[in-house]
Amino acid sequence: MATAAERHGLFSHYDPGVFYCEMFGSPSQPAHHTQEIRARLQRMKPSALRRRSRASDRELFNLGITFTVYSDKNAIDRVLPFDVIPRVISAGDWAHIESGCKQRVAALNEFLHDVYHEQRILNDGVIPRELVVGNANYRAEMVGLDLPFKAYVNICGIDLVRDAEGVFRVLEDNARTPSGVSYVVENRKLMLRAFPDLADRIGLRQVSNYGMKLRSALAEIAPAGIEQPNIVLLSPGVFNSAYFEHVFLAREMGVPLVEGRDLIVDAGHVYMKTTGGLIRVDVIYRRIDDDFLDPDRFNAESLLGVRGIFSIYRAGKVALANAVGTGVADDKALYAYMPRIIRYYLSEDPILENVETHLCREPDGLAFTLEHLEELVVKPVGESGGYGVVVGPKASKIEIEECRARIKEQPENYISQPVVGLSVCPTLIDSGIEPRHVDLRPYIITGRESWVLPGGLTRVALRRGSLVVNSSQGGGTKDTWVLE
Amino acid sequence: MARYVERAENLARILDINETFARDAQGENDWLPVLRLNCDEERFLERYRRVEAGNVVRFYIIDERNPNSIRRIVHAARENARSIRHLISLETWVQLNVFYNWVRGLNSRNLRLTELSRVCAQIKEGCQLHYGIANGTLYRDQVWSFYRLGTYIELCNQTTRLLDIKYHSLLPSWRDVGTPIDVAQWNALLRYAAAYHGYRRVFPHQMTPTTVAGFILFNPRFPRSITHCVREFKAALGHLLANEELRHVEFPRAALDALEALAARTPEDVIGTGLHEFLDDVQVKLNALSTQITATFFLARYAA
Repeated sequence: MATAAERHGLFSHYDPGVFYCEMFGSPSQPAHHTQEIRARLQRMKPSALRRRSRASDRELFNLGITFTVYSDKNAIDRVLPFDVIPRVISAGDWAHIESGCKQRVAALNEFLHDVYHEQRILNDGVIPRELVVGNANYRAEMVGLDLPFKAYVNICGIDLVRDAEGVFRVLEDNARTPSGVSYVVENRKLMLRAFPDLADRIGLRQVSNYGMKLRSALAEIAPAGIEQPNIVLLSPGVFNSAYFEHVFLAREMGVPLVEGRDLIVDAGHVYMKTTGGLIRVDVIYRRIDDDFLDPDRFNAESLLGVRGIFSIYRAGKVALANAVGTGVADDKALYAYMPRIIRYYLSEDPILENVETHLCREPDGLAFTLEHLEELVVKPVGESGGYGVVVGPKASKIEIEECRARIKEQPENYISQPVVGLSVCPTLIDSGIEPRHVDLRPYIITGRESWVLPGGLTRVALRRGSLVVNSSQGGGTKDTWVLE
Repeated sequence: MARYVERAENLARILDINETFARDAQGENDWLPVLRLNCDEERFLERYRRVEAGNVVRFYIIDERNPNSIRRIVHAARENARSIRHLISLETWVQLNVFYNWVRGLNSRNLRLTELSRVCAQIKEGCQLHYGIANGTLYRDQVWSFYRLGTYIELCNQTTRLLDIKYHSLLPSWRDVGTPIDVAQWNALLRYAAAYHGYRRVFPHQMTPTTVAGFILFNPRFPRSITHCVREFKAALGHLLANEELRHVEFPRAALDALEALAARTPEDVIGTGLHEFLDDVQVKLNALSTQITATFFLARYAA
């Protein structure tokens, strides 16, 4: 770790405290791979950094890389805050993360294939049956359907955190419609434009080939016998807050962007309506939840989906990415069983460990949770976006008691984890450079094989001391650099 | 997208022209024609008590509740662009997005009458920048063809509206031609329709209702004339239908033929039978043409 004397210039007042720092490492494990980057940053004046940061913000706004919040006749564009100090990952760390992610996705896919076929893992009692079959996201309609390469989760986003010892752990799997990769690629473009001097000859691994890799994988899962499969991206439409990403992906892959009403099922296939007539569609990257996909089969009120599409899917005449029914695998309750799942299917120890997790549906887990409520983070199993989470050490007595009551009433709905001292990264704040907590979401594409995008989305909690990195609650992003 | 930007530019033009006319004339009635032109009289009077410059300008530039305001129109253009964002160039998108945010930032203070001309110029420039970028960067595929079809329909539409406002502001009788006020007004009209320098090349010495209206409506080399627009529209349509993917598509010609027939009339004939009626007829035919495009290319019936 650079001593106080060695830390000068930009980082002269920077102190990560007890947390592992992505830029400096820890006293016992100083980060050598960031030496050159730190040297270059240290030479910069805070005012110059701020100026370049404001220019980046303006650019994000002008480019429309925004969430658009619709209300009444108004449309308000909100920029996802972008912090200009990159989060840097060494080649060694990345190799570890990459193999861990591939292993995890392999296990998820084996698991999904199994629960929709022989259900060996349930029959062997490794996982409670009702946790899977009784899960709202389990789709009985998928039982018996064989998918190419057993690839259910074609696009996976795995949320990782690094603890105080510098070890990466999995916080959550996202196997349905993981988002955010557009920010990864756009952040990189922004950084290279705003800070060419920082990235010059640093040995930065590229992220610009994501679209091509994704397209290739999607072509691989097309129904058999089709030479040049037609791939489309199915979006809920302009009013969806992630619309920017749908456009981004369609462009990067070079495929048409469609909505449900642009597709039609006829004579055993799915077709796309064009100005010149119907064109058959073979693979659909769908950014619509299972429930809204087919009003004939699932939610009958859905206006976003395509009537009859599920039958075509079952008949193997159109491929969907991700497969229907993957939600059962990224459930928070199932997450606790992942180490067992990895061992069961792959006969390997997990390369990336879970954060220690207690299931309130299990008596031991419930007892432990209730006894240590003030020290734990309690999460409802069904929610996403960081809502409904109670962070023990930060909660008031009343909030803790309310939480206790909720858990007692519906124990199967909650899990608890110790507060992980997430790693921090120097972040540009009004008052200077300060440590802020970060996480990491790598993206894994799976067709015939799995490929991991180098880096991924680094989310940063912008409020001091906050551990909540979600964009909907005041989080921002950083560019993620993986070094060669 | 093309039609909305065209509409915004022309509305800015009309507001600017009308300010010039209102300066020369007496009384407050002179903003009424603008409202009548867009059939906005009722909607305007629901919220503003008097038809006066300040209110009308606000109504047409920044009023969020007026669907015909420049603010709403540019918003619509941007939303259109957003929905086809993956099909247009980045530059096209960015300019429109930045322009939209600028328009959204306008407030009453920016619209003081002393500032109006400058703001209108900036709005026009924003629209023209859009065309320049679109023209320079868009790939010449179907998106481009439809963009052009939209452009020419709207240009035609706006030319007729521009001329109609002159008609409304005109002295009650066509016999009062040649008076100093009249000539000054025709002059202003030509300038704001971007027709002045072209007109003076063709008619170095004259200025009568017939020659001016005739030039604006029928001169094949004036880019905003009905004649020119129809010709360009046909070319764009031909280009579109030449696409391999559209070889099975049949475009019924009736609506286009009707418009062409109107473009083939003479200025004397039109003014003789009634300029306003002619302009109305053109707008009806334009609507029919626009409907035909949608019906042919976007609403084909598919067996469900």
